[in-house]
Amino acid sequence: MKNNKFITGMFFDDKDLIEAIEKIQEKGVFIFDVRTPFPVHGLDDILKYKRSRLPRLGFVAGVLGAICAFLFQAWVFTEAWPINFGGKPLLSVPSFIPVTFEMAVLFAAISLVFGFLIKSGIGPGAETIIFDERTTDDAFLVVIKEDENIEVKRAEEVLREVGAEDIKLVIPMLKKS
Amino acid sequence: MYVSPIREPLVTGAKSYKQVTDDITKPMEGKPGKLWYAGLATALLALAFGGYAIFVTVWDGIGSWGLNRTIGWGWGITNFVWWVGIGHAGTFISAILLLFRQKWRTSINRSAEAMTIFAVMCAGLFPLLHMGRLPLGFFVFPYPNTRDLWVNFNSPLLWDVFAISTYFTVSLLFWYMGLIPDIGSIRDRLKDGIKKKIYAALSFGWTGSARHWARHESMSLILAGLAAPLVLSVHSIVSMDFATSVIPGWHTTIFPPYFVAGAVFSGFAMVLTLMIITRKALHLENYITVGHVESMNKVIIATGSIVGIAYLTELFMAWYSGVVYERYAFVNRAFGPYWWAYWIMMTCNVITPQLFWFKKIRRSLVATFIISIFVNIGMWFERFVIIVTSLHRDFLPSSWSMYSPTWVEVGVYIGTFGLFFTMFFLFIRFFPVVAIAEVKSVLKSSGEKFIKKGAQHEK
Repeated sequence: MKNNKFITGMFFDDKDLIEAIEKIQEKGVFIFDVRTPFPVHGLDDILKYKRSRLPRLGFVAGVLGAICAFLFQAWVFTEAWPINFGGKPLLSVPSFIPVTFEMAVLFAAISLVFGFLIKSGIGPGAETIIFDERTTDDAFLVVIKEDENIEVKRAEEVLREVGAEDIKLVIPMLKKS
Repeated sequence: MYVSPIREPLVTGAKSYKQVTDDITKPMEGKPGKLWYAGLATALLALAFGGYAIFVTVWDGIGSWGLNRTIGWGWGITNFVWWVGIGHAGTFISAILLLFRQKWRTSINRSAEAMTIFAVMCAGLFPLLHMGRLPLGFFVFPYPNTRDLWVNFNSPLLWDVFAISTYFTVSLLFWYMGLIPDIGSIRDRLKDGIKKKIYAALSFGWTGSARHWARHESMSLILAGLAAPLVLSVHSIVSMDFATSVIPGWHTTIFPPYFVAGAVFSGFAMVLTLMIITRKALHLENYITVGHVESMNKVIIATGSIVGIAYLTELFMAWYSGVVYERYAFVNRAFGPYWWAYWIMMTCNVITPQLFWFKKIRRSLVATFIISIFVNIGMWFERFVIIVTSLHRDFLPSSWSMYSPTWVEVGVYIGTFGLFFTMFFLFIRFFPVVAIAEVKSVLKSSGEKFIKKGAQHEK
């Protein structure tokens, strides 16, 4: 992340933000990131983000949890330590259901949360770039990254044209880089 | 977005996004008031007393409790079920109401979820103490041990271990993941210093990136989808501790839905009791409005009526089953030596909540506060009635007995109140009580400022 230059423009209403993003995209400028104080609906569609695969991860982990829990109980009662409860079958499936269900939920929930944290690159002690501290309050920030397609001046111009306020050039300094 | 002008605003006082952040983080800035210190001191005192009672329980053994050979479950299990039930409102609000797209949940879900976590911690203490020797708690987990012995997966008591620990873990994850954007807000308001560093670490480096939000939303929805059946399963499994036994008064198939309704009922009552005070103390009247209280009262009346129907169904089935033991158990509940507990339960759970049919009472904070305390008491007695009156006269009249708690049992119960309130006071001091980001996301569709705009536009 050395010497990356980011140009940021600020908006104070989610409706203005969405209109501005559409205009910027019409100009063929790639939007590196958008920072918002709350989830703005429809933003991920406009920015053409792929649908998150987290639900799939949760499903797989849940199924895995259920299988593990069920097989473990079945093994305990038929192989490891079979106990005869008044002649009832050793493999008493109905009484395995609660633990199987709970383990499915536990596996799915833990994998979802860790999947979310890892995929987003956040977690305890994570170092992230905060372009402007107002974005967790009431500001909506559009971030454009300088690269071979767009230079700083052009990016600033584009942001000014769509009505962004407080246009700034940010060169983040990370400790680890 | 067009919103009907008839619809009551969820956020009053024409707030802007910035004001939302300012208002909700305000109680966390500056020095806490005298009331907060007094509250925390009282809670710590109760906790210390509870700590002493726990010490006596462990040192002298379970004989220091008032239990005997006939009544093996007394206050300990009553309190366990009561506390678990209290926790259910938080998950109900944050998960089930999220799936039903109830926007009013955004103002109360954070604090209700916190109550869930604290209540489950209190609940978990009781089964552990009930074992008498704390290391025995280790044996409920299936781990490869030198005796080659595994736990009994056929037992509802073991299902409980899995249900409660899963419930606690999932609630904690769900709550904390919802909290990180708001901790990010606090971090960005603070000037450099040790406090900022702590909040920065707690915020997990939250940036508010649209990518993260998209993922966060998708995760929250799935977690809610998981938590919804989970919360139903937890109290169902708790009810099976009783329902799968052969004790008259316990051996009933309606127990799972009846317990779940009762849990949500008592949980909402506790949330109301605390939120009515908190909104006043932290000046959050614009966020937790009378409309919110009314919505919660509607849930109380619905679940309270389900509980009432369950009581009557039990009575009917006791008569209709033709089982003499079952019939006797219910006659004994209502007219036996513990008649007073039964009628306290009936009055507090079935009769007083019906007052909420009147709109005036439903929207009155004082009336709601009083009735919510009645419900808390009533639901405690429900568990007491189910446990103690069903046990105290068993199949063998020679072993009939009576039960009353010793100071040690009462002390442990007071101690869990201390634990709950200590956590709650620390929570309202160091974390935002209302979900800041979530309130902002419904502001345009439910804020007073925007609804009025819509109304004018319509003309």
